[in-house]
Amino acid sequence: MTTLVLADHDGKTVSDATLRTVSAAAALGAPVEVLVAGHDCAEAAADAARLAGVTKVLHADGDSLAHGLAEPLTALIVGLAAGYDALLAPATAIGKTVMPRAAALLDVAQISEITRVIDAATFERPAYAGSVIETVRSNDARRIITVRTSAFAPTERGEAAAPVVVVPPPPPSLRSLFVGEEGTRSDRPDLASARIVVSGGRAFGSAEDFRRYLEPLAAKLNAAIGASRAAVDAGYAPNELQVGQTGKIVAPDLYIAVGISGAIQHLAGMKSARIIVAINSDPEAAIFSVADFGLVGDLRLILPELERLL
Amino acid sequence: MKILVAVKRVADFNVRIRVKPDGSAVDLANVKMAMNPFDEIAVEEALRLKEAGVAEEVIAVSAGDAGTVETIRAALAMGADRGIHIATDGRLEPLAIAKLLAAVARSEAPGLVILGKQAVDDDAGQTGQMLSALLDWPIATFASKVAVSEGSATIVREVDAGHQTIRLTLPAVITTDLRLNQPRYASVPNIMKAKRKPIAEMTAAELGVDTTPRLAVVKVAEPPPRRTGVRVTSAAELVTKLREADAL
Repeated sequence: MTTLVLADHDGKTVSDATLRTVSAAAALGAPVEVLVAGHDCAEAAADAARLAGVTKVLHADGDSLAHGLAEPLTALIVGLAAGYDALLAPATAIGKTVMPRAAALLDVAQISEITRVIDAATFERPAYAGSVIETVRSNDARRIITVRTSAFAPTERGEAAAPVVVVPPPPPSLRSLFVGEEGTRSDRPDLASARIVVSGGRAFGSAEDFRRYLEPLAAKLNAAIGASRAAVDAGYAPNELQVGQTGKIVAPDLYIAVGISGAIQHLAGMKSARIIVAINSDPEAAIFSVADFGLVGDLRLILPELERLL
Repeated sequence: MKILVAVKRVADFNVRIRVKPDGSAVDLANVKMAMNPFDEIAVEEALRLKEAGVAEEVIAVSAGDAGTVETIRAALAMGADRGIHIATDGRLEPLAIAKLLAAVARSEAPGLVILGKQAVDDDAGQTGQMLSALLDWPIATFASKVAVSEGSATIVREVDAGHQTIRLTLPAVITTDLRLNQPRYASVPNIMKAKRKPIAEMTAAELGVDTTPRLAVVKVAEPPPRRTGVRVTSAAELVTKLREADAL
């Protein structure tokens, strides 16, 4: 009985999502091993070895794993699966792409985005944009799971290091080629793991105002910036900042929703925050139904004042 | 080439979802049903590739009970050329759907299969990935831009840190993200025309697929509601409240 976690990492360290997935894996009750797959990622493998509760790290390193392409990573996981009863990955873009492929090749169901471990085969997961919580029990010989990381606390980094074992990388895919990538450089904390998130919606009216009013407040609070789907669709914010059912799921200590109406698809991405603040000019906006503190008014007046007071 | 598009019939995304009193499942009786929004994007993308001369035929496929035919018909009304309905009853998991789609893909031999990245009912987000693995075709998930030429597809994907571009050799599988396109509405003449378009009927047994669920649904419940909040009247009062709540 052993559990394998597919690590999310940047080559140097494993991410906060990995720490939380290790916690979810530990709740299954079996020893937890971590797979660090990538290119030049020995430091990340060493980092994974320090995580509390991790008994072994598998380190797969090679060109074929450089960009998280689905085909080689699936082959690697399927090749290792025989040694494990459960395989978990954080529900990141890579985890969500690779784990269902591995599940299909192993002929098992995947359990997507678990939020609670009841026992080694029984889990809670949200469906219908979080309108319902399903409890499901796996009847398969092996469990393939993605983890909604906001629902689990991160494990600690300890002093003792687990052994790191090198495993051979898979051959490259001949039918899937990496062409390029681009991201928005930001000095702000990572949206998925920030303690405070300041999120903006359609009410900002333009990309300029989105930045002009939201960024000073985020800077003052050392907060990550998020956005509603409407704000992303309108081009006020890049896609990677979208919070919601089909974007990022966050559960920060404090979530400040500004000019966001509060469609259920947005609430699905943030309603587990400890404290929710809603600022909106429409007193009837649905966002107020989940807000601990609601303030009705013009964001162009409220945000500068808020920033001054903090 | 042909493009196969998978469409799923789901509760309309605007409907307030309720759980059956016995906690066994979501209550879908008398609930307005619609095509999964991501699948509408998939149909639209296939139609645009056909209009650009990249594809000759768009085939819409779905599995489910008799009501599913209505969703296939909606894809035909958007402009798909013909439909395939795989008749099943009972709960279908993504693995079973992927096996059914793989069987159809093997006989239809499309150059592309396009699916939504997730269905807004189960929020599983698995079927396209599973299909690509079963077929051993390359995949691009979360597509926000698709260009097809000379046996390959170049796809921009929405990933955690921004965008990634990859190039796949066809045949391949693509799952759609929100910003790939804005799906068209079916015009009344096209809705009329769709009634005459052919929909082939087949069963899971004919395709040799066992659709028995692998997961037991133990319970379905509504999440606990959040505690009721308070309205504040000024930014200053908000800051005071946040300090009291130890949130700053």
